[in-house]
Amino acid sequence: MDTLCPSSEAEVLDILAAAIGDCVPLAPTGLGTKAGIGRPVKHARLDLSGLAGVILYEPEELVVTVRAGTPVDEVVELLAGKGQQLAFEPPVWRTPDGGASRGTIGGLVAANLSGPRRLKAGAVRDHILGVRGVSGRAEAFKAGGRVVKNVTGYDLARGLAGSWGTLAVLTEVTFKVLPKAETELTLAVAGLAPAHAVEALTGAMHLSADVSSAAHLLAAESGAPFAQEPRTVLRLEGFVASVDARAEVVARHLAPFGPVERLEAAASADVWAGIRDLGSVGEAGEALWRISLPPASAAVFADRVAGLEPRRLAFDWSGGLVWLWVDDRLPDLGAAVIRAAIAVCGGGHATLIRGQDASRSRIDVFEPQPAPLAALSARLKAQFDPAGILNPGRMGGER
Amino acid sequence: MTLVHMPVPDAGTLARRDEIIAGLGQLVPKRRMVTEERGLKPWESDALTAHAQLPLVVVLPETTEEVSRILAFCHANGVKVVPRGAGTSLSGGALPLADGVLMSMMRFNRVLDIDFPNRAVVAQPGVTNLGITRAVEHRGFYYAPDPSSQLACSIGGNVAENSGGVHSLKYGLTTNNVLGLEMVLMTGEVIRLGGKHLDSEGYDLMALVTGSEGLLAVITEVTVRILKAPESARAVLVAFTSSDNAADAVADIIAAGIIPGGMEMMDHPAINAAEDFLHVGYPRDAEALLIVELDGPPVEVDDLIGRVEAIVKARGAVECRISTSDAERLSFWAGRKAAFPAVGRISPDYLCMDGTIPRKAISQVLKRMRELSAEYGLRVANVFHAGDGNLHPLILYDANKPGELERAEAFGADILRLCVAVGGVLTGEHGVGVEKRDLMGTMFDETDLAHQMRVKCAFDDKQLLNPGKMFPELSRCAELGRLHVHAGALRFPDLPRF
Ligand SMILES: Cc1cc2nc3c(=O)[nH]c(=O)nc-3n(C[C@H](O)[C@H](O)[C@H](O)COP(=O)(O)OP(=O)(O)OC[C@H]3O[C@@H](n4cnc5c(N)ncnc54)[C@H](O)[C@@H]3O)c2cc1C
Repeated sequence: MDTLCPSSEAEVLDILAAAIGDCVPLAPTGLGTKAGIGRPVKHARLDLSGLAGVILYEPEELVVTVRAGTPVDEVVELLAGKGQQLAFEPPVWRTPDGGASRGTIGGLVAANLSGPRRLKAGAVRDHILGVRGVSGRAEAFKAGGRVVKNVTGYDLARGLAGSWGTLAVLTEVTFKVLPKAETELTLAVAGLAPAHAVEALTGAMHLSADVSSAAHLLAAESGAPFAQEPRTVLRLEGFVASVDARAEVVARHLAPFGPVERLEAAASADVWAGIRDLGSVGEAGEALWRISLPPASAAVFADRVAGLEPRRLAFDWSGGLVWLWVDDRLPDLGAAVIRAAIAVCGGGHATLIRGQDASRSRIDVFEPQPAPLAALSARLKAQFDPAGILNPGRMGGER
Repeated sequence: MTLVHMPVPDAGTLARRDEIIAGLGQLVPKRRMVTEERGLKPWESDALTAHAQLPLVVVLPETTEEVSRILAFCHANGVKVVPRGAGTSLSGGALPLADGVLMSMMRFNRVLDIDFPNRAVVAQPGVTNLGITRAVEHRGFYYAPDPSSQLACSIGGNVAENSGGVHSLKYGLTTNNVLGLEMVLMTGEVIRLGGKHLDSEGYDLMALVTGSEGLLAVITEVTVRILKAPESARAVLVAFTSSDNAADAVADIIAAGIIPGGMEMMDHPAINAAEDFLHVGYPRDAEALLIVELDGPPVEVDDLIGRVEAIVKARGAVECRISTSDAERLSFWAGRKAAFPAVGRISPDYLCMDGTIPRKAISQVLKRMRELSAEYGLRVANVFHAGDGNLHPLILYDANKPGELERAEAFGADILRLCVAVGGVLTGEHGVGVEKRDLMGTMFDETDLAHQMRVKCAFDDKQLLNPGKMFPELSRCAELGRLHVHAGALRFPDLPRF
């Protein structure tokens, strides 16, 4: 496939201007960790990994500005050096060559996929302070700023999160960063049925214990971190004395559900890295869905999709996020059953994270939208990319 | 006369007033319309009282259906609409237009659903901010963003302004706490975004609508997340003899990895205004006062109080009081919370500015502000969200003295330009409205603004919803939409075309 490799915003601008003139659609690309998500598109690749580097990092201001092609792994490491972090816990994905990576900053924002701490700290989009980018009009613009409190004009910087490269090519992103917790600790209970697990998770969120992550892995035949026995886990983070005090509160809450195991810092971090990276779990012949739901309904959802004979099922975000692996020979990969179940649960959405190209071209990989919403989204697309040069079709419909 | 001018009203619309009122009368009962001049008077401004304008007519819809029909009618007839919540905007966002319908959303005053298992509340937009916390506090929950106006301001207005409060430092702004919205476009189309799930689907339209100041859609329902209240909270009241030291202490606290529940600063004039008003026991001779609140389990709070105390003392604090009871904690806050009315007592009028700056620039900006105050001959008192660098300089003036309002506005504009110059922004939480509209160019260039306006065009291409706010100029969507194609350079001879 053809690839263009700009190394500056000016070059991006130039390429997009030419693409408009020549009617050539482009697929903005980073490290390819999320290339398998969304409708397969055959556009020429606009490889942004050359737009890399940290522009500004001011730990005392809790802010970092980086070029969009910068690997997230590098930013995570840079921040860790100062005891700070991207609090939404960017997940690690598989790269096309079989490696593992968090992808690029631009891809992270374009996909808005967050890890387990999203429950407490918010999503990628919640940490975006500002961006620079080039829209499909081949015009460079900025939005937002580099301070946390900013309501000057529309919140376009945040508004570009989750747009999968269909509105603008991001060239620079400013994030709010936060101090890393002094320590973490996980409390775990084994063997709970889904309904019980959701009860345990929901109840934990009703404690004044500031639970930062809450997940449940159902039993599965294969694929670490899954095991033969289901496991319910709750994470506490913060200052040492505080974590200990809160752990007592949470342990008391969990006691009626079964014996409570306590995982200290390192073991705890391992568990959550596994849950954070669930998107890279799976074997050949499996498709993977990621479903956003009202948290308390996760068990009802699991029950409704039982007929699909899931290979694995996991609840994160206290039930608000469900990962579902199915046999990829299912005719629609279970889309109809999954979406009907979501409706029963009170709304949400399902995204196909992994599936064969043929299925991804046929099935709605993103949640289909009611007509007025789809029309509004299409109008936004038309405003930012009237010639349709940015990833047309990637999100399905007219996006 | 103020320095900010509104677009000239459309004579055709004014001439059709009776016709428009009759048309609206078909859609809502007459008792929920205000048409007489005497009745319109109370609606002539929001909390930015320097601006006043009687609307064409006021309507008070009660259902989404009614909102939809009114907007569709106005759309079809080319009539402008200004949405209004509780009218506490400090930037003139809800300022009526002479040729526009003012749509009050305050009849939408019901909490629709309290869902503890999903930790969400669904409310109509006219429910007050505090009303949400009141509805859930019996089970120890609360809604985190807490603007000082929370007793009065509406959750719909909060969404429209992306409001913040003292607790936003730790718990985020409105945008970080909204899960779902129902909104009506100018065409009358009803659209739902998000719900009780955490991430909304597709484009993040919720991010665009939150903070859109009534320019994109009328919000008819809001779903917010609620949080379990922290087990305990304590506050530290610290006095400094220099605002530089106070600013440095703020930076040190953040640098130590501590994100307090709230961290507020007041300067000498603000301290004294508050003390005159409430006699809360603030040290009158202090140059700067810092209130730091820590929340969480008692062991954590006690531990952090100790750390904060050490930090402020190292920065030369001359007094450091630690609250020992909730009553004492609230007394620390009383003066801060009443700062606006307190300043209102020492001056006939005041303008409240709202820029945000990087924390490290706090002392530099305060110093320059004092110089400007001398140059303009107008007093200024500062109360602000120090933790996130959000300033609230209150410029004192007397509207009855000729030229003072203009001078106050010019002073305010200088302060905001200064905020932008040091790497900050024009407004941290109060919105652009009419007040900062003409300063947008100091932060954004033409292309930046054009991209923002294209968002507007996607939502409201006739630009009938709250025009004259936020953007310095009204450009037509057709012009903004034109694509400037460079001659086909054929840079990609080998690539597939469409
Ligand atoms: C004493 C005082 C203290 C304040 N303290 C703070 C503070 O600490 N933090 C802070 O952020 N703000 C503060 N404010 C500002 C103000 O209270 C907020 O901006 C508030 O969110 C406005 O809400 P409202 O219901 O009064 O909206 P209004 O003032 O009626 O309207 C504000 C804007 O929202 C739009 N709007 C209102 N309702 C809707 C709707 N349903 N759909 C679409 N658009 C709508 C209007 O068109 C307008 O542009 C303060 C104001 C005062 C007077």
